[in-house]
Amino acid sequence: MSALWDGLREAVRLIASGDGELFAIAARTLLVSGSATALAMLAGVPLGYLLGRARFPARTLILAGVGTGMGMPPVVAGLVIWLLLVRNGPFGGFELIYTKPAMIIAQFVIATPLVTAFTAASIQALPARLPDLLAVLGAGRLRTLWLLAREARLGLLAAVIAGFGAVVSEVGASMAVGGNLADDTRVLTTAIVTETSRANTERALAYGLVLLAMAFAVVAVLTLAQQRGPR
Amino acid sequence: MVPLRLFPAALAAACAVAVAAACGGSGGGGTMILATTTSTYDSGLLDELVPRFERETGVDVKVIAVGTGAALRMAGEGNVDAVLVHAPEAEAEYVARGDLVSGRLVMTNDFVIAGPPDDPAAAVAPDLPAALAAIASHGRFVSRGDGSGTHTRELALWALAGVDPRDVIREETGQGMGATLIVASQRRAYTLTDRATWLALHKVLDLAVLFEGDARLRNVYHVYVVSPARHEGVAADHAEAFAAFLVAPRTQALIGQFRADEFGQSLFTPAAASAAGGGG
Repeated sequence: MSALWDGLREAVRLIASGDGELFAIAARTLLVSGSATALAMLAGVPLGYLLGRARFPARTLILAGVGTGMGMPPVVAGLVIWLLLVRNGPFGGFELIYTKPAMIIAQFVIATPLVTAFTAASIQALPARLPDLLAVLGAGRLRTLWLLAREARLGLLAAVIAGFGAVVSEVGASMAVGGNLADDTRVLTTAIVTETSRANTERALAYGLVLLAMAFAVVAVLTLAQQRGPR
Repeated sequence: MVPLRLFPAALAAACAVAVAAACGGSGGGGTMILATTTSTYDSGLLDELVPRFERETGVDVKVIAVGTGAALRMAGEGNVDAVLVHAPEAEAEYVARGDLVSGRLVMTNDFVIAGPPDDPAAAVAPDLPAALAAIASHGRFVSRGDGSGTHTRELALWALAGVDPRDVIREETGQGMGATLIVASQRRAYTLTDRATWLALHKVLDLAVLFEGDARLRNVYHVYVVSPARHEGVAADHAEAFAAFLVAPRTQALIGQFRADEFGQSLFTPAAASAAGGGG
């Protein structure tokens, strides 16, 4: 109990002191997980839209696949991407292993099924005839998509929150493909592992607090956007 | 109704962005990958040495901390450029196969047996086999269990003492030395640790050194370059430069002084001079 209390106090002191390493790692975490989430939106929203609206033979199978992807342990994704990107792997020539882009790719793979599934669910929740109605009212195709996205925004923002939350908190994939390199690919979660194994509990706790605060800030902004405006 | 053909385009766009992000990541100058043991890493030694090498040469070193077993396997598959490891017998296989070249003796320290300070199994014994036998019959042991140099040595020591590890109350963490020491401390168990990690962590551990000083507990670190002849794409020049850097007199002096003031003894003993340029 006292160890936890002392650790927390020391962690708060570390954060308040404006520790350079702490803020560099936090900024890097935001960059990597933010990029991965953005890319996952780019791929997952169209795919989710398609799965939500279109009817084609393999649709149910793909939806089941996406659902499985949602439950995929990040460390498995990390292992597979590691095998693909490692120097003598099929994509070794790109020299991406142990870089931030490798981490972004792994986190993209983790976040995309989440974004896709949330999008598909939110699109399916809209009245089926809404697109036809909008077309009749004279909306062009792009305008229709935009209006649909507005209607589905609760679900779409839930998709961003789920995707970001998953990748910012995962440790296995980032460790495997990023290598936890100091000043390069070390993010908050892998830094917590390192500091814990070095018995620097206070620093590990400080990173944990920053991770929580960051997740809260991002989710709070998104929730604000989600809940604002006319329903 | 659904713009089916838009979807592949969107995916292609996402991929293009991913590739662009990927290309933006690679910096100028050379890079190399060093696979090493958690013991050199958790003690902080490489945090001290690697930035100096990077400043001197402009080469960016990616240090991957894994067990010696994993480091050797990565070298054997040509996925890294250099290894800094401490399992001489396992290393010899890779040298014989031609995967590792330019071996150099870098430094030594020793393994110690740590356990609960009140020593319930009476591991404070006249010799090493007796200490191990005492732990085997009355103690609980926490093993690395990760194919690391320390794990390899632990198994060799059980064999030396004529103990079947399956007869010992023994748990494997599968983690690095630092994490394993913390587990041993929490579970009031014995463990085998290298002295560097021990010294770096002992203040927060409820453990004491109970057996040390036997010649069979010597711990030897070698650096190797992964053979560019056998593995395509190895940054052999950088790896060779790094190996030379580790055995250079100035670096050797740094190794000897590393955290020595803090602990009243050095964590690693520089050994390159004693090897007279050979080794491996």
